[in-house]
Amino acid sequence: MRTKSLMFAQMPRVMLPFILALAAVTFYRGHHVPGGGFIGGLVGALAFILVALGQGAEVARRVMRVEPITLLWIGVGIALCALLMGFVGGSGGFEGLWLDEFKVPLIGKVHLGTPMLFDLGVFLTVMGFATKVGFGLQEDNL
Amino acid sequence: MSDALLLFLPLVVPAAAAVLGLVLRTCKGPQAIVGVLGSAGLLVVGLMLVARTDAVGVIATQSGLWPAPFGISLVADRLAAAMVAVAGLVALAGSIYAWRDLADDKLGPQFVPLMQFLMLGVQGSFLTGDLFNLYVWFEVMLVASFVLLTLGNQRQQLEGALKYVVLNILASSLFLIGAGLIYAKLGTLNMADVAVRLAHPEQTDLVRTSGVLLIAAFGLKAGLFPLFFWLPSSYHTPRPVVSAIFAGLLTKVGVYALMRTSTLTFAAKAPVLLELIYVIALLTMVCGVLGAAAHFDMRRILSFHIVSQIGYIILGLAMMTPIAIAGSIFYTLHHIVLKTNLFFLSGVVNHIRGTNDLARLGGLAKAFPGIATLFFISAFSLAGIPPLSGFWAKMAIVLAGMDLRAWGAVGIALGTGVLTLFSMTKIWAEVFWKSAPEDANTTDNRSGLWPMLIPCVAFVGITIGLGIWGGHVFAFAERAAEQLLNPREYIEAVLGPDAITGEVPGAGRVRP
Amino acid sequence: MNMLIAFTVGVLFATGVFCLLRRCLMRLIIGLVLLGQAANLLVFSAGGVKTGVPSLIPEGSMTPPPGAADPLPQALVLTAIVIGFGLTVFAITLIHRARATSGNDDVDAFNETDRL
Repeated sequence: MRTKSLMFAQMPRVMLPFILALAAVTFYRGHHVPGGGFIGGLVGALAFILVALGQGAEVARRVMRVEPITLLWIGVGIALCALLMGFVGGSGGFEGLWLDEFKVPLIGKVHLGTPMLFDLGVFLTVMGFATKVGFGLQEDNL
Repeated sequence: MSDALLLFLPLVVPAAAAVLGLVLRTCKGPQAIVGVLGSAGLLVVGLMLVARTDAVGVIATQSGLWPAPFGISLVADRLAAAMVAVAGLVALAGSIYAWRDLADDKLGPQFVPLMQFLMLGVQGSFLTGDLFNLYVWFEVMLVASFVLLTLGNQRQQLEGALKYVVLNILASSLFLIGAGLIYAKLGTLNMADVAVRLAHPEQTDLVRTSGVLLIAAFGLKAGLFPLFFWLPSSYHTPRPVVSAIFAGLLTKVGVYALMRTSTLTFAAKAPVLLELIYVIALLTMVCGVLGAAAHFDMRRILSFHIVSQIGYIILGLAMMTPIAIAGSIFYTLHHIVLKTNLFFLSGVVNHIRGTNDLARLGGLAKAFPGIATLFFISAFSLAGIPPLSGFWAKMAIVLAGMDLRAWGAVGIALGTGVLTLFSMTKIWAEVFWKSAPEDANTTDNRSGLWPMLIPCVAFVGITIGLGIWGGHVFAFAERAAEQLLNPREYIEAVLGPDAITGEVPGAGRVRP
Repeated sequence: MNMLIAFTVGVLFATGVFCLLRRCLMRLIIGLVLLGQAANLLVFSAGGVKTGVPSLIPEGSMTPPPGAADPLPQALVLTAIVIGFGLTVFAITLIHRARATSGNDDVDAFNETDRL
């Protein structure tokens, strides 16, 4: 399925890096201010779904390089590992573990920990799921 | 092993197996092995959990170390532990049974990860101590089951799935509303905390409203009258292994949720809801068994019998005496094993002759005496013929009814038993005993039967064992019932030893 | 404000049930979505509806500002919305395939699995 609008066919490719950057920022903000893995993943998926709408799912799959389902299991795997890390390193339970804050030029204070890693897993899972369904619906094979 | 680890493992094992299954989705053999190993691990963990809870009582842990009632608690009492173990058993049997289908590409690469994902939802529902978390696990289960139902993509499956999906999403909305109302009034969703706060006398009206909503939501999942219609119209459509796992486990998750919430929350405060469940249970038994009598397809008959058997279990719950609850628990465990096995056997018949239609089958007793014996024993156990497990399960419920002088319920329970026997003899006579009709396909497909028969033989062994040495299991069920009826131990395990300041109403009661 | 939300929940439920009872497959899904939203709104209102006081803890403080709404129902609703999103996607793909295989979007045509 291709649209006849030149603008709509070409723009998503141009916008792709920007939308992905937006997704990354949304994801990173997530821990103490509104944002997070789920919504970031949706935004990220949208970048590719827009390409699929403009130029067809086949092109979008090529642009994405990774199979959506691969993204999905990597995501679930990362989330699971994050939970287990809390288990192994903490005192039982799916406890959140944090590294000390450190400063990175340009970005500012960085605070890394297993909840963040879990969120990354959610990000990838949601992105894989949404792109799989989005491409699938368009190609009519689910 | 620490309690916390023991409580998390039933969730971690299927989740890890699901991820591994996805990774290995292009290599059939290793994927099937992952399925079997994951399920076996689940069974082992379940048995350890049973041993642990039976020895030390209720164990609980808080995820993320957020103290209850703010964090999500994972709790296991004897009932939950037993359900975890039995679910592991069903998963293991299903993974072995699916071996042939997987090798023939009839299930596709999604089956193993989805089934593990389903187990994740089931185990989460058994272990969670939080009402909203229960909702989340229900949805996990639901999403996995949608896709499992439609593996194969035939028209009938899509149609069945459509009914299943619409009604189950509806039930989820009701559940959400019920949980929301409880939170609005009590400010907590931790079930133990809800039980403590409900002890205040002025909360009765709330209990009724949210209780009815929860009964409707769980009742739909469990297949209670009048909300069971989706069950017989969808369970006979998927691949046999999928319908066997669904038949064994999914409705019981609804029953478990009903047992848990009613004993913890509304049984003591709103006995009128128990009366409601009581009437519903009787109607469920009758409707299920009558529906079964009208059908002429093996899996459809068995689907309707799920409904009627759920009626027995719920009847025990509604009577709320120690022996009745123990009977319900025993019945649940027995029924999970038995119903899964009957669906497995219907799948074997389907594999041999390519149909489950009674009119087009026949003569299997002569051609396959072993399979006929397996079916014979399972069917008679379902009908409650001594000395098989079904007899003791039904007897406990009937005895509890006699204790309460509920003669009507006793009569209906016995009548339903007779009609069950009628349906089972119908299947026996049509499929196994009569000679095959002349126009029927009698070229038997004998290849690859063994992986399908291993779980059947094991389950028949269990049902005989439960019949002969049922006393031990029944004693366990009685101990579990005691925990359900005295929620103090559960509450103290979750909230800490000094959580209860006032009086916590015990759920037990005697019907006038 | 509470009154308004109460009426909105009521209207959402009514339209949801109305759509569910139609015979068209697409309306069925719309009905489910509306019902889900009604439930979400109901849970949301359980935390109290306040204006001007976001339930965010200000820097340096340990408790939310006085008069703030209870944030937990909002978190619950967020979860419920996410789950609803997943379920809706599945339901839509399902009716899409059901329509493609049966060539019909009349719910009454889907009676094959109930027939004796």
